[in-house]
Amino acid sequence: MTVRRIGSGGLFWLGLFAATWALSAYSFQIYKALDARWVIRFPKGWQLPLERRISDFLDWLVDSASFYFFSFKDLTRAIAAVIEAPYQFLRNLLIEGFVSGQGDSAVQIAPSLSWIAVIVTIAAIAHYARDIWLATLVGLCFLYLAVFGQWDSAMITLASVLIAVPIGAAGGLMLGIAAFRVPLVERILRPVLDLMQTVPVFAYLVPILILFGFGPVAALVATVIYAMPPMVRITIVSLRAVPPEIAEAGRMAGCTRRQMMWKVLVPAATPSLMVGVNQVIMLTLNMVIIASMIGAGGLGFDVLSSLRRLDIGGGIEAGLAIVVMAIALDRASQAFADRTMRHAPGGNILQRHPWTGTVVLVIAATLILGRFLPAVQSYPEALTVTTGPVWSQAMEWINVNFFDTFEAIKTFILQWLLLPVKKFFAGIPWAWGIIATGLAAWRVGGWRLGLLAALLMGFIAANGLWAKAMVTIYLCGVSVFLATLIGIPLGIWAAERPGAGRVILGIMDTLQTLPSFVYLIPVVMLFRVGDFSAMVAVILYALAPAVRYAAHGLRAVPPELIEAGLVSGCTRRQLLWRIKLPLATPHLLLGLNQTIMLALSMLVITALVGTRDLGQEVYIALTKANAGQGIVAGLAVAFIAITADRILSALAEGQRRRLGLT
Amino acid sequence: MTKPVILDCRDVWKLYGAQADSFLATHPDPSPEQLKKAGLIGAVRAANVRIHSGEIFVIMGLSGSGKSTLVRCLSRLVEPTAGEIRFEDRDLLRASEAELIRIRRKKMGMVFQQFALLPHLTVLENAAFPLDVQGVGRKTREARAREVVELVGLKGREHYYPRELSGGQQQRVGIARSLAVEPDLWFLDEPFSALDPLIRREMQDEFMRLQNILHKTIVFITHDFDEAIRLADRIAVMKDGAIEQVATPEQLVLNPATDYVAEFTRHVSRAKVLRAASVMEPVGEGRFAGDVPHDAVIEDIADRVEAADRPHRVLRDGAAVGQITRAAIIDVLVGRA
Ligand SMILES: Nc1ncnc2c1ncn2[C@@H]1O[C@H](COP(=O)(O)OP(=O)(O)OP(=O)(O)O)[C@@H](O)[C@H]1O
Ligand SMILES: [Mg+2]
Repeated sequence: MTVRRIGSGGLFWLGLFAATWALSAYSFQIYKALDARWVIRFPKGWQLPLERRISDFLDWLVDSASFYFFSFKDLTRAIAAVIEAPYQFLRNLLIEGFVSGQGDSAVQIAPSLSWIAVIVTIAAIAHYARDIWLATLVGLCFLYLAVFGQWDSAMITLASVLIAVPIGAAGGLMLGIAAFRVPLVERILRPVLDLMQTVPVFAYLVPILILFGFGPVAALVATVIYAMPPMVRITIVSLRAVPPEIAEAGRMAGCTRRQMMWKVLVPAATPSLMVGVNQVIMLTLNMVIIASMIGAGGLGFDVLSSLRRLDIGGGIEAGLAIVVMAIALDRASQAFADRTMRHAPGGNILQRHPWTGTVVLVIAATLILGRFLPAVQSYPEALTVTTGPVWSQAMEWINVNFFDTFEAIKTFILQWLLLPVKKFFAGIPWAWGIIATGLAAWRVGGWRLGLLAALLMGFIAANGLWAKAMVTIYLCGVSVFLATLIGIPLGIWAAERPGAGRVILGIMDTLQTLPSFVYLIPVVMLFRVGDFSAMVAVILYALAPAVRYAAHGLRAVPPELIEAGLVSGCTRRQLLWRIKLPLATPHLLLGLNQTIMLALSMLVITALVGTRDLGQEVYIALTKANAGQGIVAGLAVAFIAITADRILSALAEGQRRRLGLT
Repeated sequence: MTKPVILDCRDVWKLYGAQADSFLATHPDPSPEQLKKAGLIGAVRAANVRIHSGEIFVIMGLSGSGKSTLVRCLSRLVEPTAGEIRFEDRDLLRASEAELIRIRRKKMGMVFQQFALLPHLTVLENAAFPLDVQGVGRKTREARAREVVELVGLKGREHYYPRELSGGQQQRVGIARSLAVEPDLWFLDEPFSALDPLIRREMQDEFMRLQNILHKTIVFITHDFDEAIRLADRIAVMKDGAIEQVATPEQLVLNPATDYVAEFTRHVSRAKVLRAASVMEPVGEGRFAGDVPHDAVIEDIADRVEAADRPHRVLRDGAAVGQITRAAIIDVLVGRA
């Protein structure tokens, strides 16, 4: 039975694997036998000088590039100034208050917004977006920040988000509109967007650090660049999705091109555009946290410094604050996306805008009261609750009582999974690695794809990154394997039992809104640094798409096919294995694809917990401010991602065609 | 038919598919087979239409026969692949973008098959939209929008959003919007087909009422023959992108130009289409039970003529041109004519 199943296709994969395994296991012997060191190491002399070129180019940009009237440095200074001013304003508004004069002679003109005013404002916005329940949720989230003593850091993070989101959303909208109107712009933008999506975030922190220097401005620039691409994409897609008849109605009304865009297309596309804005907000939050490495203060900085000090309680506290903030921002902005137009009730201004009125009143009242009652102005320190020690003790307790268990699990997985796989990948000679990837891609998607895959792998080898790339692939592979192993059953469960499904998918939704940084905290606390910790963090971060796509794929199976199965007398189990799962494979493959993408992006961040892969390379580049090294390593990660993406997409496409689901 | 021609469309083609333009350059008059072989869709093929000022011109045909595409060519929402379209003696296809915007702002209106309301605007704002685009001030345009909204019977719902309205109500907003600028030429693409029969009938009546007030030139698409004969001065029947025949409803039934048209009109109730002049016989001797106008539809006079035991006299411009008997009416009613 099994023998018959392995056709020529199976034979090909079996052969490829056997050859790879043999070459991997005996590469060292081959090198000795042939006395050819190039077998295991890419010859130094052949290496591309790309790294140095990029660094030199950046140095030249910063030091001596000039365009007729101004130098490149002037340009970056101008950008910095433009960002700095509103950022400082928000900081004054939210944290520092407005002062005139400097140093000792500084006089406060106006205090910052009181904590009460901020909470009321944000709750009012939530109420406007949906209802009183959302307002309560969001208000409680922010109250949490005040009560648990995270207020100032949270406000710094919020200020960064409030600056980066409008720039990112508006910039993305403009680029998207340009691409929508001018096909050439789209043709240029598309590969850039593709690349941006796969280059790990650390990689462009480096050049930005060099161009803008350490500080909040650099962090904001990086954040905007990181958060903008999805907005561009969503803008293009949602403008295209405006029903043609609506566009025609605009033309029949005699709209000029500008009116067409701003009075018809953009407003009609607003609900989908808001989905893009929600994404921009969440990505911004994610990046603002990460960018604490190049000088964004706030919650991210707290987490980072706690991680460095191994201050368990502080890390968890700040991490929880990030989680709370992420949930509040996500729910509120999602509510805006779902908002449906309702006709306004009548009445006078106050009746029509109850919340605006309240907010103005509260701001004014706290402004005045705050002069006399400090507790109104800023949350009284005496009333803050510090949970840090509690967390530290809890962790200690866990470590004392479960250390052996955790250690046993860790050792077991290291010994039986991580190390053998690592050995396998590390042993593959680079030349064969390139050929094997090319062959696999060719088999799945034709010679073009094969060539592309081989070239991308070749790039990695040619830059002397082969060994680190293999570590990346091994870690990513193992994590994705485990994430799939956990995620798909969860997805099946969620699809089969609606009750459990709501809970599982709800948890997955929340997991996905959390900034990647947060995942490091518990992992480091429990397992300390190393490959195993990295793997656990990656699995946690990359689990959501596996679950979601599996659930979605199973639910999308046409009901008449399920009925056909029932009529043929399938049991539940047969129904699942014979009908639902095969039909859901394209979805499962897409989920796998997403899992890999998320895993790769997380893997780079786990460099912080001491992996020796491409992520570490980028991280080192960041600490040494070596732009060339950072960009090349970043590209290497991107190329791995692109190769995996293309191969899996081709697989899913082929599967879908075979099932006639196109 | 002495009224001036407002829209003149000559030999218009619209092909969809790769290299549609170059194909028509090399094959000036391709047959359906040639088109199919080239992988092209002939949405509109060699259409000739002249629309007179003040008439209701109905375009009919099955789904996919190219009605919407033809009307979109006439309003230049799609660029015809070939042909000539003259609007008020100007070449519409050579009109610059600015000119086209001017024409659409002042002279043309359109009601869309799928309503095409702007989802982010209220009823009032939707109706005022064409005026807003023209830069008319808020007060003026809202006053005008209120008028048209009231005209289509939506008073009291001015501040609703489209999604809060039923299909029929949404379509009325579409009608109001196209009326706001008082267009000379009014395109209506199956405005009633999404409605249930009861509302549809109501909307047709309303439409007739509006037309009696407004006297527009109207190009009306439908695939419902009953609707067509209720409204039309002339009907064009389309099949696979080509116009099979253009004629009055009566002529279409009495003298179908092709088998297709004959088939298409076969199940039409004759009494609704035929007029007295086409079933009358020469004036005979003797007395008459009464007079009927020569262009009266049989259905409307049937009861009267049938009840009388003498023939009715048919009058044109006050002179007797024939007589109509009970037998003739019965022939029409049972479908023998
Ligand atoms: N943008 C387009 N691209 C390709 N083919 C099109 C396009 N628009 C219309 N067609 C084709 O042209 C033909 C005529 O379409 P059209 O919409 O004019 O039909 P219709 O008579 O209005 O039908 P209905 O009564 O269903 O509205 C159809 O075969 C359709 O598939
Ligand atoms: Mg149509």
